[in-house]
Amino acid sequence: MVKLENVSVSYPQKPVLAGVDLQVPEGCLLVITGPNGSGKSTLLKAIDGLMDRTEGRILFRGEDLLTMDPKERALRVAFLSQNRAVPSITAERLVLHGRFPYLSYPRHYSKEDWAAVHQALETVDALPLAKENLTRMSGGQRQKIYIAMALAQATPLLLMDEPTTFLDISHQLSVMKLAQQLAHEGKTVIMVIHDLRLAMTYADRICICHDGTVTPPKAPEQLIDSPLWESVFGLRLKRFAAGSGWEYYYEKA
Amino acid sequence: MQNGALLTKNWLHCFTEMNRPTLRLFCILLLLLLTACFMGICMGSQYISPACAYRVLSGAQTDLLTWRILQYVRLPRLCAGLLAGMALGLSGAVIQNVLGNPLAAPNIIGVNSGAGFAVALAGVLFPGMVLLTPAAAFLGALISVFAVLKIAKATEASKSTIILAGVALSSIFSAGTETVITLWPDALTHNAQFRIGGLANLPYSKFTVAGLVILLSSLAVFALAPMLDVLMLGDETAKSLGLRTRRIRSAFLVLAAALAGAAVSFSGILGFIGLIIPHAIRHFTGEENSRLLPACALAGASFLVICDTAARTLFSPFELPVGIVLSVLGGPFFIFLVLKKRGGHSNG
Repeated sequence: MVKLENVSVSYPQKPVLAGVDLQVPEGCLLVITGPNGSGKSTLLKAIDGLMDRTEGRILFRGEDLLTMDPKERALRVAFLSQNRAVPSITAERLVLHGRFPYLSYPRHYSKEDWAAVHQALETVDALPLAKENLTRMSGGQRQKIYIAMALAQATPLLLMDEPTTFLDISHQLSVMKLAQQLAHEGKTVIMVIHDLRLAMTYADRICICHDGTVTPPKAPEQLIDSPLWESVFGLRLKRFAAGSGWEYYYEKA
Repeated sequence: MQNGALLTKNWLHCFTEMNRPTLRLFCILLLLLLTACFMGICMGSQYISPACAYRVLSGAQTDLLTWRILQYVRLPRLCAGLLAGMALGLSGAVIQNVLGNPLAAPNIIGVNSGAGFAVALAGVLFPGMVLLTPAAAFLGALISVFAVLKIAKATEASKSTIILAGVALSSIFSAGTETVITLWPDALTHNAQFRIGGLANLPYSKFTVAGLVILLSSLAVFALAPMLDVLMLGDETAKSLGLRTRRIRSAFLVLAAALAGAAVSFSGILGFIGLIIPHAIRHFTGEENSRLLPACALAGASFLVICDTAARTLFSPFELPVGIVLSVLGGPFFIFLVLKKRGGHSNG
């Protein structure tokens, strides 16, 4: 269980989030959505201890992530950042960095680390890209490799900041399906995305970030008729039954 | 002892893990280093064949003049060149990777000038204290490197701003050095050579301490290479992988300053090795630091010795300071990089 108690986050002279309380059960895919600048990414970073000015408590399995040693935290939480560097290294080398928290002196990666790397690459269906240089890959391929790095970290909690941005629709769907699959396998996944249709289709729970607060997580089913869409985004969310489930679309309010 | 064995095992593992092109590159670099050493020992106003050098140094042949040339001129110069080249190549690679800026190099961002100014100042304040020179150079380099980092942070690390700030710092320190030399002409021995950078007339005593600093700092940089790899993924990713980014970034900059400062303390303000070498090597090794850093150390050492041999033989019997050769090669290379950047993607 991830539990946020009265969490406030600010940038210098600019409060972003105030008094956030949130509970996320294990094995859940929670999507956080909201308008630009509402503090979604900031919340995700705060959970991973990346924000200097964070108050309150962020508990994971009863342990406070904010007071934890960074290396200990890295064994529990993996974070897929929105800002991804593209170094001139092979895909498997990048994924190997996901094993960094497990590395101790003399900083020599073990067979288990390499096995985890190949397992992670296989999970994201990118094993054939293992020896490819990142600089020569498409955005979608790189995204897969970065996700594999987060998976190689083998943490029970995975935070993904806008993992579908700049991806074509088929890559967006495969990222969402993967996140769903990971959650069903027991990982807790908290993801920030803008696409409400993807959120409604794949999330177990959704919360909306706006005006420095976060709404309590609710199942998509409970949110379809929520007035929040109109008050926060200025639109209505509609759906119709399609072959395999619901298809969502927007209607201007 | 056990730590040493573990480190050796780790390095052996690095080599066994290497792919064929990288292994080939390291073989070529070792061959280049060997060639550079032979050139440094044999070539000069008097040619000494490798066999003759071996016989004289091993005592099998008695030739006082050759022995003196080797013992007091060529070998110290070779050692100084190897150490300075290794230090500047490595320092350049570290600075470029830590600042995330391929144009940043110790001479470009004012690190060498800062060290040079501090050495000149130490020459005035504490004349004759040779042991103090590397410490002063380190301090000067450290001040420059952290000033650039501070400016980079204040401007959100815009790449062109880092370079401009470095150029400004470099000018300030150079002006300081010139002022010191004008007011106290005896502050630096061979001050013309120091300002351009050169390896002539360097007895071992002038670079023993600096050499030790270079060797120890290089070992530390190699040992920390996996952390630099993670740091290069960006602050957020590096922190989320458990790296204490501020501490590690500072540690690397301190090591880079120690390397560049130690080199400047005896070889003067040598330019462009820290720029040219990492660029050329990165082309072959990629950005994986466990390969890039040792390759830069090897290539930097060989390159400086080869340039120095060229500098003292091309216009024989006159000798040019090696700094001139480096500037002749490095200036156009820097312009080429700037043009390549402009032609390529925007770098912010």
